Amino acid sequence: MKNLRRKVYMTAGYNTISLGTGRKEFHPKKPRPGLEHYIDEAGKGCLEQIGGGKNVDECVIGNFMAARFNKQANLPGFFPMIDPDLRFKPATSVEGACGSGGLALTSGIRSVLAETAEVVLSIGVEVQNTMKAIYGADVLAGAGWFQERKNGHAYYFPGQFSDRAGAYFEKYGREKTRQAFARWYKNAIDNARLCETAQEFHNNTEDLEELAMMEPNGKVFVDHLNVFDCSKVSDGASSIAILSEEGLQACGLTKDQAIEVVAWSQVEEDITKPPQDLTSLTTIRTAVALALDRAGITMAQIGTVETHDCFTVAGLLGVEAMGLAEPGEGADFILQGNTARDGVIPFNTTGGLIGWGHPTGATGVHQAVTIWEQLTGKAGKAQIEIKKDRPYGMSVNMGGDDKTIVVVIYKQAT
Amino acid sequence: MGYTDKFRKVAVLGAAGKMGSGILLLTAMEMTDLMLQNKELKLVLYAVDVSADGLSGLLQYVQSQVVRAAEKKTVLLRKLYADRKDLIENGDVIEQYTKDVLATIRISTHLSDIYDSSLVFEAIKEDPKLKVSILREIDANSQESPWFFTNTSSIPIGELNTDAGLNGRIIGFHFYNPPAVQKLVELIPTEDCKPELIEFAKNYARNLRKKIVPSNDFAGFIGNGHFMRDALHGIIEAKKLNDQFSFAESVYIMNSISQDFLLRPMGIFQLIDYVGIDVVSYIMQVMNPYLPDEELHSELLDQLLTKGVKGGQFSNGTQKDGFFQYKKGRISHVYELKTGAYVPVDEIVKKSESFTGPLPQPANWKQVNFSPGKKEMLENFFSKLKSMDTKGAKLARNYVLESKRIGELLVNTGVAASVDDVNKVLETGFYHAYGPINNYFN
Repeated sequence: MKNLRRKVYMTAGYNTISLGTGRKEFHPKKPRPGLEHYIDEAGKGCLEQIGGGKNVDECVIGNFMAARFNKQANLPGFFPMIDPDLRFKPATSVEGACGSGGLALTSGIRSVLAETAEVVLSIGVEVQNTMKAIYGADVLAGAGWFQERKNGHAYYFPGQFSDRAGAYFEKYGREKTRQAFARWYKNAIDNARLCETAQEFHNNTEDLEELAMMEPNGKVFVDHLNVFDCSKVSDGASSIAILSEEGLQACGLTKDQAIEVVAWSQVEEDITKPPQDLTSLTTIRTAVALALDRAGITMAQIGTVETHDCFTVAGLLGVEAMGLAEPGEGADFILQGNTARDGVIPFNTTGGLIGWGHPTGATGVHQAVTIWEQLTGKAGKAQIEIKKDRPYGMSVNMGGDDKTIVVVIYKQAT
Repeated sequence: MGYTDKFRKVAVLGAAGKMGSGILLLTAMEMTDLMLQNKELKLVLYAVDVSADGLSGLLQYVQSQVVRAAEKKTVLLRKLYADRKDLIENGDVIEQYTKDVLATIRISTHLSDIYDSSLVFEAIKEDPKLKVSILREIDANSQESPWFFTNTSSIPIGELNTDAGLNGRIIGFHFYNPPAVQKLVELIPTEDCKPELIEFAKNYARNLRKKIVPSNDFAGFIGNGHFMRDALHGIIEAKKLNDQFSFAESVYIMNSISQDFLLRPMGIFQLIDYVGIDVVSYIMQVMNPYLPDEELHSELLDQLLTKGVKGGQFSNGTQKDGFFQYKKGRISHVYELKTGAYVPVDEIVKKSESFTGPLPQPANWKQVNFSPGKKEMLENFFSKLKSMDTKGAKLARNYVLESKRIGELLVNTGVAASVDDVNKVLETGFYHAYGPINNYFN
């Protein structure tokens, strides 16, 4: 699959706000919009840009745990609610934990490649603030192997990634690594402040790095990470249209409004096995290498990356897995400013999971929307400069602890 | 007998009351934690009250509070339940813990059920005679030489010790309201208090994560020693204003002075309402005989009580009518003594503000108390207040100085061992942003 058998484009991205602590609208005790609202808003947000549901051949929705967070399954049934023109059209729900959004992208890409659809509406959604964080941790732990849940931490995934951070500290040193975590946090918030839909858009803390250096407290949370090292609990949805060239024409869209999918990889690792190496995201490493090979490019040509920083340590290990830094040197790469919005390769330019938010099932789609905005000049205040020698964007979406990985490489459509 | 053994059979008297239910909750969780650490232990906790109705709602209250507490300590609970293979998710662990805590509790309206207790927490009505007769009855019928913890906030412990014939087996362990939330405990040993009882009380407080402030055994101790006198000052100042303003206006003005101008979480009349006008009056009545040089009594409170204006709270935590009526926790109306009616607060606010004059900024307890720059903010606020020549500023300065005088009196008369202890009680037990013994107006 070195070359795609036909061209695949993405356009008409839309994000709802990422709602949760940090947003002024959020009040834990007041009623909030439900799952239906987010699906409807994101769906309409995309459809309005492509001429409505009549132009859509197929729909796909990425979601992780609505069955527990919202006691709702059968999500494909919500598409006709968005637009009556979607009635009687094929719709599918895909799940791969926090990689569900990425699967919603690849599912749409496949349909276009298979020529069973010219236009696919792809939505990712998660509404997680329906329960307290301590119970939400149980739900999110479903991204791991349930047989291991008993031995896991109360905050299961923070516990998993805290173990990774602890192993990394031991192997490569603690102080500089923690400083790099703090810098990662600062970059995330700085970027989120430029994006109105970001959960941290209202964050006005002055010294972010000092705050993020708060010592972790294993008695109440986990041993090696503090709360600023973690993405928050979020409600939100994102949508994007995946189209063929014919699809673009049918919607009356021009290529300058779209990005092209240059290559993609979807890689799965055994959920019943612990990570081979706690200090390395080996599945992401494999997936990135595969996608780059398929695209026939190197990381030196990538102008911006949306990576899955559910935790700062995942951001750092991601940098290493992409080959941007040798193992143990990711902290230096970050501290030198390379991943900042004015750096060599800006990461997570609207805040990523830590800054923009992490409505788990929506994240993969949100990443694609951000890349689409950046490569087509629609990112508003968050816009970065895309240099000519680095015309590509890349998104890396992860489900579980380095288990379900989707990498997509994009460029401005021509 | 070790710390754990003392919990073999524990009783909380007055368990349906606000203080008793909190003590029951904390003790039930402590006993459950001990049993989870040592599976051989069989500990039991009796909730005793004269009110069967009160007891019927008690378990529901305890259940909801245990769930909240368990949600906060799930990291620890997962370790304590590590051997229970069936408890996998946090939700499973929290549910089991709640069941286990409730399973330690027995409910009773009969004192005879707890004659053989090893430990008794007393949180009944603030009535010395009643307390003595109940303590005496338990002790007389016990083979166990039980230890007694009394939650009295005003009666000297030595008097209960002597009158009930307990020979140093009683200690003052004064929780603040609500016990589940407030971090402060005043610890009051009698002169002949058993050292092992003091040691036990300290361990118990530490396990409950409470801050202990020792107080000498003097009626009212530190907390009420300050609060009752502070309240009287507010009442007297309001009475002075009554020449110029209506009763409702005077009360509102002094409440605003003691809250907004003093950066306290509540004004003095709201605090009296919160505690209960009847309770405040009763505590003064209990303390007064022990204070030969002072008259700790308020005719105004007596008058209000005869008119049925009592304050205090309903069992769901909402505020009953007192000096004020409240809507969603905020003052909505003010009581007018002359007519016996409540006046809308909106009709009073403007008049009050034009009399007191402006507030120095920042003028908000919440803003100041939780700020990292609290010290500078307080100094800044009070230095502005010092230089202001308004009626409000003058009343506030007098209030701050009177509060300081009371604090110093508590140290000078030996009720408190130190200035720090007084300040700690007001800062921790009353959530004041600063201690009463300060140098803001030197």
